Amino acid sequence: MATQSIGEYPIIMKDSLDKFHGNQLVFIYWYGHRVVCSPRAFPLPPDMPFGALVSDIIPLCYKVEPDFKDLDFDKTEVIWEIDGKVVVPDFSKSLKENGVGHKSFITFITPSLTGKVGA
Amino acid sequence: MSVEPRKKRLNKKDAYKYMTRLGWNPTYQKEEDVFPFLEMEGLKIHDWEAWEDPFRMTMDSYWKLQAEKDKKLYSIIDAFAQNNAQKNISDARYVNALKLFLTGVTPLEYKVVQGFSHAARAFRGEGASIACQMQAIDELRHFQTQVHTMSHYNKYFDGFHDYSTMHDRIWYLSVPKSFGDDASTAGPFEYLTAISFSFEFVLTSLLFVPFMSGAAYNGDMATVTFGFSAQSDESRHMTLGLSAIKFMLEQDAQNVPIVQKWMDKWLWRGYRMLGLVAMMMDYMLPNSPTSWGEAVELYIEQNCMALYKDLEKYGIKVPEKLINTIVAEKGHLSHQVWNIFYNHTNAAAFHTWMPDENKMNWLSEKYPDTFDKYYRPMFERYIELEKKGERFYSEVLPLVCQTCQIPLGFTDIEGGNPHVYTHKTSEFNGEIFHTCSDGCKEIFDAQPEKYIQAWLPPHQIFQGNCGGATIPEVLKWYKIEHGVDNMDYVGSPDEAMWNKLKNK
Repeated sequence: MATQSIGEYPIIMKDSLDKFHGNQLVFIYWYGHRVVCSPRAFPLPPDMPFGALVSDIIPLCYKVEPDFKDLDFDKTEVIWEIDGKVVVPDFSKSLKENGVGHKSFITFITPSLTGKVGA
Repeated sequence: MSVEPRKKRLNKKDAYKYMTRLGWNPTYQKEEDVFPFLEMEGLKIHDWEAWEDPFRMTMDSYWKLQAEKDKKLYSIIDAFAQNNAQKNISDARYVNALKLFLTGVTPLEYKVVQGFSHAARAFRGEGASIACQMQAIDELRHFQTQVHTMSHYNKYFDGFHDYSTMHDRIWYLSVPKSFGDDASTAGPFEYLTAISFSFEFVLTSLLFVPFMSGAAYNGDMATVTFGFSAQSDESRHMTLGLSAIKFMLEQDAQNVPIVQKWMDKWLWRGYRMLGLVAMMMDYMLPNSPTSWGEAVELYIEQNCMALYKDLEKYGIKVPEKLINTIVAEKGHLSHQVWNIFYNHTNAAAFHTWMPDENKMNWLSEKYPDTFDKYYRPMFERYIELEKKGERFYSEVLPLVCQTCQIPLGFTDIEGGNPHVYTHKTSEFNGEIFHTCSDGCKEIFDAQPEKYIQAWLPPHQIFQGNCGGATIPEVLKWYKIEHGVDNMDYVGSPDEAMWNKLKNK
């Protein structure tokens, strides 16, 4: 069922990289955590250091999770995935150098903090 | 002076014929130029006359019937206004369901006027064409009567003031808007499958029965009357939907797989959109007659399955994968959608709140396997935060599905991971696209050229197309007054007005 049309069907890339004023879209998800109701979306400069995700972006969206007070990126075991592939990011290098591209989906999994709320 | 003797009136059969058979055979233009959509969708139609017109009544009786219904409706709306009946509803929280309906569904009714007018023009058969024209008129009437029915609430409550601008701009309203845009930019037969069959026949009970019975349970007799007034139209529309499907299937065996794909696609798109109704039923109605879970059992597991069984003789198969997901999600959907809106109430044109203990107990009773385990503890934490004066509003934007445009807040129930958001990806033209489910991914993958054009609200905000980069700037562009139309019900001007009305 390709798209049918009575003329030529144009390819309109509504969200291509060139439309974000030098930023790229990046999506972040703390695996298993549901107080924050969905993965989050950000327009970020590709040259931003990966570590800024940890220091600035993740607290901004996930501070409401009960697990957040126990999340310490120096001590807590964290498994990082970029677009479904497990990686060990270099916090001092840029998003781009860590393989984060336009519309990349970054998941961080914390086996000791599973998102349990309440009892 | 001579007077021409008055001509005898036409009998009903002839009157119907002359008023509904307005077609012609093109002579100086090619047929494919006059009807350019006929071949586009790949359906084979051999005999347009085989179309059964469920609107088979004379114009005379149609106008008379609709005029009588309107008279009754408007006298009740008048009585409702004169008696200050807004004071008789169960609680002002209920009014938020009306705000959602007026901003989400009513403009969609108007979109459907355009869609049916287009389908009427595109069809070669006169029966098909007149049926679509008549439905277009009905939908216009529904649009008008919905606006009029709810306008009284605009005098007392916030959020009703600019529904048409809101429909075009606000993030969650891009869900129904994209549904309507997707349907009306398809070919005429797919349009009919989307609206007449999937929505009107399969899913409309899931929308209108809870909405109208919810209105009755919460003392909103104006809306109940609107429901009665529209109901006889809806029955005709449902008949049109089924007759359209049967017409396509009976015309040629080659049509069956095409129609099947459309039925599957629009069942899923309709179901995703009705997530809004799920939260309305379980959370927004102070008195809930039925839970979303019970509605799925009745309208999907029983009615919808029986319908597919009826169509089996044409070779139509039950879309088992989709139905299984709908059934698996029935104990989770409303809670997850309410959580999305609770997170983002700072950017909504209505209020949300955490359920009180009575409502929590009702939810536990209706959802014994899921509510206490997965949702009550989370909601109790929100309540704790509220008590500390730290009511949670998200400061950042969600990732939304490229197809249904809902934030990716649905979890993998069937895979045994009810705490993990389902996330699918596709690639097209060197770019990644994210979807919320197998259903939405399959729709994207079948027509990526169409869905890459989606106007996704978070992306549009980031591109600078929505008034600015900050929440206050975007709210201004949405025509939402911060602290009035949005934020929690508790502490809202609506609550203050209600307390005043009730002398609390």
